[in-house]
Amino acid sequence: MSTTAVSLRANRVVGFWDSTNGKKVVMAITGAILFLFVIGHLAGNLQIYEGPVRFNGYAHFLHTVGELLWTVRVILIASVILHITATVQLALRKKRARPIGYSRKQAIASSYASRTMYWSGPILLAFVIFHLLQFTAGYIHPGSQFIEGDVYHNVVAGFRVWWVSVWYIFSMLLLGFHLRHGIWSMFQSIGFNHPRHTPILKVAALVIAIVIVLGYISIPVSVLLGIVK
Amino acid sequence: MKLTLKIWRQKNTNEKGRFVSYTVDNVNPDMSMLECLDVLNETLIERGEEPVAFEHDCREGICGSCGFMINGIPHGPMPATTVCQLTMRHFKDGQELTIEPWRASAFPLIKDLVVDRRSFDRIIASGGYISINTGNAPDANSIPVGKDIADKAMDAAACIGCGACVAACPNASAALFTGAKIAHLSILPQGQPERDRRALQMVAQMNAENFGGCTNIGECTAACPKEIPLEVIATMNRDFIRGSWKERDSTVRTITPMTEWSTGSKLDIDPHATS
Repeated sequence: MSTTAVSLRANRVVGFWDSTNGKKVVMAITGAILFLFVIGHLAGNLQIYEGPVRFNGYAHFLHTVGELLWTVRVILIASVILHITATVQLALRKKRARPIGYSRKQAIASSYASRTMYWSGPILLAFVIFHLLQFTAGYIHPGSQFIEGDVYHNVVAGFRVWWVSVWYIFSMLLLGFHLRHGIWSMFQSIGFNHPRHTPILKVAALVIAIVIVLGYISIPVSVLLGIVK
Repeated sequence: MKLTLKIWRQKNTNEKGRFVSYTVDNVNPDMSMLECLDVLNETLIERGEEPVAFEHDCREGICGSCGFMINGIPHGPMPATTVCQLTMRHFKDGQELTIEPWRASAFPLIKDLVVDRRSFDRIIASGGYISINTGNAPDANSIPVGKDIADKAMDAAACIGCGACVAACPNASAALFTGAKIAHLSILPQGQPERDRRALQMVAQMNAENFGGCTNIGECTAACPKEIPLEVIATMNRDFIRGSWKERDSTVRTITPMTEWSTGSKLDIDPHATS
């Protein structure tokens, strides 16, 4: 009863990306880039509380930086594509790895957020596409006319439609779940785990996720409550 | 105690399996789970039925032979316990236990609760060793190792290769096993010379097998009867990244997974030969 057989592909060079570990490293790095964007975008969005002049001025400023804006956009799009490609490949592998499931399976230690990454991710992608069509391209603008350049008006008029706000809040909650696992998980993927620091990192991930979610959600809530008009 | 055991019965790899419920009346609370199956098997043999096949060897929780799912948890509900050490007093009288084998493509089912775990052997064979000149035992303390480092290496080396981590993982990933087998050598001075190549080789073999990828969920470490920490997976990732950079010129070879069993010697022997 031999354990091994002589390999037919013994000389095949196995690359970094071929391994699940390599894919997770790519996911960690692209995830970190997208996480930085989420923070930067929140900081920009919160300027809505300083009034239409300041907010539209900020939006205008982003368009004046020209090439830099497109550099950032290309990096973000590349990150999204790599992040999703790795996810899809890992998900297909997961499917192949256990064709016959358990009749009964109990989760004993994992967080709800970590087990639902495969759900929160695709829904977030759908949200990002909708969000870009609504606020960047202006193809979807329920209940009002999209005015190019008047970002303040577009945001306020957009969030006055109840289902736009509900969809936004729901997606931001999923973003929170995604970050709660992702922020600490990226360190594990690149090989950082420490008996004292990792528990702190997990708590920090939860706190950062909550702060980011509250920051984003505050905008539609303020619009619906009439604080921002 | 009276228990209902709902056990997965499957004749061999190719035939379809199904759950069969057995009632065991005379369960002693001090019995282990395996002894409970022994009692069931005795009654099955007396009735002329096929006994339930399960793996076991040392029955003291250190060999890694035994293991199956009890009510959806590898090795049952008690932490840091293998099924051979799991006593029946942890269950309630009249309870129904769902017993099924590890489920993973990399662990093809052989019979009932027995699965083929040679994929683990191939991962070890691809680099889970240190190369030394054999001969006389080296002088004690000729290579000083700090107590904390020795302890850490021992924590990883406690892995018995039972497969509970793969069974518990929603992705059926072998990251905790491979991580433990890499980490227990890579944190010791004896493991340094081959550290980078070892990580590359073992990771490549792990990925050549039908395991899923690790998504840092942490079910494995909670199911592990030896409580191997999730940190060993990070150690594997770090060594793999380091090795991918430093050993970028070397060729990594993997062994093709083999699921069939040899049925005897392939040598052409003449049965009528006189000597």
